[in-house]
Amino acid sequence: MNVSHPAQADPLARRLAELRGPTPQRSLDARALAALAANPGCRRRAVLDAAGVDKAAVAQQLGRPAPFGQSPFAIARGNVFEARLKDDGYAALLGPLRQLLGLPPEGGTPPTVPDLLPRATPAVRAERTREVLAAAAADLDGWTLLDHPMLRLTVAGSLAYLEPDAVVVHGGRCTVVEIKSFPVLDSVADPAKVGAAARQAAVYVLALQETAALLAGRSAAAGPYQVDEFPGSPALTVLLVCPQDFSNRPTAAAVDVRRELATTRRQLARLTRIDQLLGALPAGTTFDLAPDSTGAPARPAEELAAAVAAVPAAYSPDCLSACELGFHCRAQARCADAVEQLGRGVRGELGSIRTVGEALAAAEGTGSPVPVPIPVPAPASRERDGGADPGGPTDPGSDADPGSDADPGSDADEAAARLAYAAALRAEALGRPVR
Amino acid sequence: MSLLNTLARLEAVRSGRAEPLATVRHRHLSERPMVVVPVAAAGEEGAPLAVLLGTDRLAPRLFIVPQPLNRTQRFDFLAAFAGELLPYLESFADAVEQIEGSEKDPESGEKIPVVRELCADAPQLIVPNPGAVRHLALLGRSTRFRRTAEDADPGPYPAPPQVPLLGRWLTHLAERAQVPGSSMLLPMTGLLARHWATGQSHLEDQHLAAQLAWHHPPDGLTGAEAAERAETGRDGDGRLLHPPAGPLTDPRFDSQVLAPAITRHDAALAALRQAAPADTDRAALHVKRALERLHEALEAELLPTWRDLWQGLDLLRGLPPAAHLPERWEGDRWSYTGHRDRVAAGEPPQPRRDDAVTAARKLAQREREQARLDIQEALDDPLAMAGHRLAGEAFSGTVTEVVPEYDTSGRSPKPRPLVTLATPDRPHADPGREVHRAGGPPTAQRAEIVAAAPGEVTVRLLSGMGRKKEPEPGTVPEVGERVVFTLFELTARQSAPLPEPDDTPWTHGGPPGAGQSSPVGSEEWE
Repeated sequence: MNVSHPAQADPLARRLAELRGPTPQRSLDARALAALAANPGCRRRAVLDAAGVDKAAVAQQLGRPAPFGQSPFAIARGNVFEARLKDDGYAALLGPLRQLLGLPPEGGTPPTVPDLLPRATPAVRAERTREVLAAAAADLDGWTLLDHPMLRLTVAGSLAYLEPDAVVVHGGRCTVVEIKSFPVLDSVADPAKVGAAARQAAVYVLALQETAALLAGRSAAAGPYQVDEFPGSPALTVLLVCPQDFSNRPTAAAVDVRRELATTRRQLARLTRIDQLLGALPAGTTFDLAPDSTGAPARPAEELAAAVAAVPAAYSPDCLSACELGFHCRAQARCADAVEQLGRGVRGELGSIRTVGEALAAAEGTGSPVPVPIPVPAPASRERDGGADPGGPTDPGSDADPGSDADPGSDADEAAARLAYAAALRAEALGRPVR
Repeated sequence: MSLLNTLARLEAVRSGRAEPLATVRHRHLSERPMVVVPVAAAGEEGAPLAVLLGTDRLAPRLFIVPQPLNRTQRFDFLAAFAGELLPYLESFADAVEQIEGSEKDPESGEKIPVVRELCADAPQLIVPNPGAVRHLALLGRSTRFRRTAEDADPGPYPAPPQVPLLGRWLTHLAERAQVPGSSMLLPMTGLLARHWATGQSHLEDQHLAAQLAWHHPPDGLTGAEAAERAETGRDGDGRLLHPPAGPLTDPRFDSQVLAPAITRHDAALAALRQAAPADTDRAALHVKRALERLHEALEAELLPTWRDLWQGLDLLRGLPPAAHLPERWEGDRWSYTGHRDRVAAGEPPQPRRDDAVTAARKLAQREREQARLDIQEALDDPLAMAGHRLAGEAFSGTVTEVVPEYDTSGRSPKPRPLVTLATPDRPHADPGREVHRAGGPPTAQRAEIVAAAPGEVTVRLLSGMGRKKEPEPGTVPEVGERVVFTLFELTARQSAPLPEPDDTPWTHGGPPGAGQSSPVGSEEWE
């Protein structure tokens, strides 16, 4: 169990533990935390992640298992690259770091590489990292390389343990080093992969900020762009170490993560308002996956499905590649005839029309009594503003209820009229009978 | 995504089938396309694992790298791939037509006639998805600088001579694929998505089998169900029933089938190296068998995608070709001819990064081609024009009144008839705005908006009616005729030409000779 003891008394933690049942908590890792930013409006994901429920097991039990997997070749490649960096006293890794961080040149002071007890439990490792970090930050002349330190971050009342690839402490400041095995080809790397790495590194920076503030006995800076001046505070630029071109030689680049840091902070602040989401759940809801004697979860799948359905999701097709429950939520969105199944943008385009059936009825002119054509063509942007509702946790219930928009009438009419007009044009072009 | 496309997707959700997004085929399809399914080794970008290719749907050729990390085997693979692909690419080089043009004489500045060769046809590669295009581009990047045994300084790992040539061709094709409307290297997912809407999102359309499932769902299944089966259906061992179209393989296939087969092959090779002379034959047989197993495993993994690609081609061939296809294909033929000439002239491979002048030219070309593509698609396809009408950029209607009027300001009166049409469209048409008639007389015809009210627009025709006082017959629409006017011009506007590289100031990438020759083949590659 990763939840520390004082937190047990906390009613929020107790409620989350109830949701989880007796199965062990899945702690949030940096990847999961970074993925929260991908779909911040999804309450289902927020609740399940906060409670530490194993979403992959839930998806399996619901009959739509997550399709994620990593090829043994990809894992091997990553390991080979990392091992090569650490060969010979981290020689390959230190080369690029020296250049970018202004560290003493080769032959100068060698780095201190403290033992961080890699085989101990996360709690012990985190404590050890804290000690080492405090000592390294106090040493203004030398420099220290922390290989796989363990950091703590409080997320929604429970502790998450995070393990960056490396942290360099130099002159009282520390810098996160993220090692990735995608190549930098002719000085350019895949922007999507760099973005993902930056989001992940931002979570580490956040954890380091908290650690440094804790060591200094003060609170971390409120603004995401403020740099703390405590000993051991992290730089807001991280170093990304990747293979160069098609070789195994490393190259490093500094990546500014201030924006990602701001996003992550905002998402985590939202997560801490999880009690509001929990308040909306029916009493007795649980995602208990406790196994029976055969090892399969004891509860019937229907009960679990009902529990999952009690928390509204904000499905979008991006979820399929980011969330274990993506295929389940898609099936649900299809069952509900929701327009989100076609993509995030579609919902904005259709204004307050929320289902495929409604949209097609509007297109055929049977759903709305509005005369066609209407006199003024609506600028596209107005519709988008009117329809796109991010579904934040501050307005519970709006996902399920299409009638809760501030002024659905005119918006719906406008979208319906445009759809009917589009349908007439489409029918004409395809030579179908025009209604 | 325009609302028309959304509407088509909504219809597809209801019907459970793909719905048309075009009435004609907007991309050229070759008589003899080369279908290519490339696969990469997971975890290492640009490392090839296998390729299945061919021009005959009944006889695909498979080439594999038995151990993706082995450099020699990788070169052998690339040489075999080149041996299959280069003859196809070069088979279009000989049939040429002579095109007369003119060129400015560099000294006198006068125009002098020149005759240039243009290849009569060009190659076409069809791959499953944009990922495959990227993979081919990476292969091109990783091979075009390789040194060969024929070079003066072959380096420690000379490649077979056709490998760098393959790299240059792949680089050229991948570059050309960036040009809007080009058809030399096309991903099937993009081709299908241009012509049909499915009841799923763009993201899900990237899965070739899932997108195709909407076209021919098995009996009793909707498109959505068939697509989900293609995406996630697994057999008893947990492997996908329909393997992904690459360039990455299914991780379960990697761990359950591929990794053991590679290990077995490696072990057999090691045994062969250590075998006593008497056992060599047996050990060699083991290697051969292990290789055959790898072959079979990869073939079984790639064949479904191969069949999908040909099925996609069948679907696309069912559509009538758009009118402007030959014109756009000519651009591809020029591109092919140009690269053929550069290779023949012994020019160095494409640089790693374009210099500023080349980059500016490429960008300008892509912008120009995008504008041309949009216009031509609208002219070729009423459904594409419908998108412009919905956006208020075009209007179509029936002529209700024609009033012959004349411009008498000049020496001789010119026809300036007023045409009124009843239209359901609501163009962004302020009086005085210039519009262009689509599908009118062969010469371009301009008009200007005189009055616009809901349901009715009046325009004054300004040109395209001949030089006489009375308009040439057929140039002015008659009452009852259907006409289409666009607010955009119907020929892509030529931007001001960029200066010659020699005249480009140093601030913009000059002075001449600044483009350094790229370092060649200095890369470590393991």
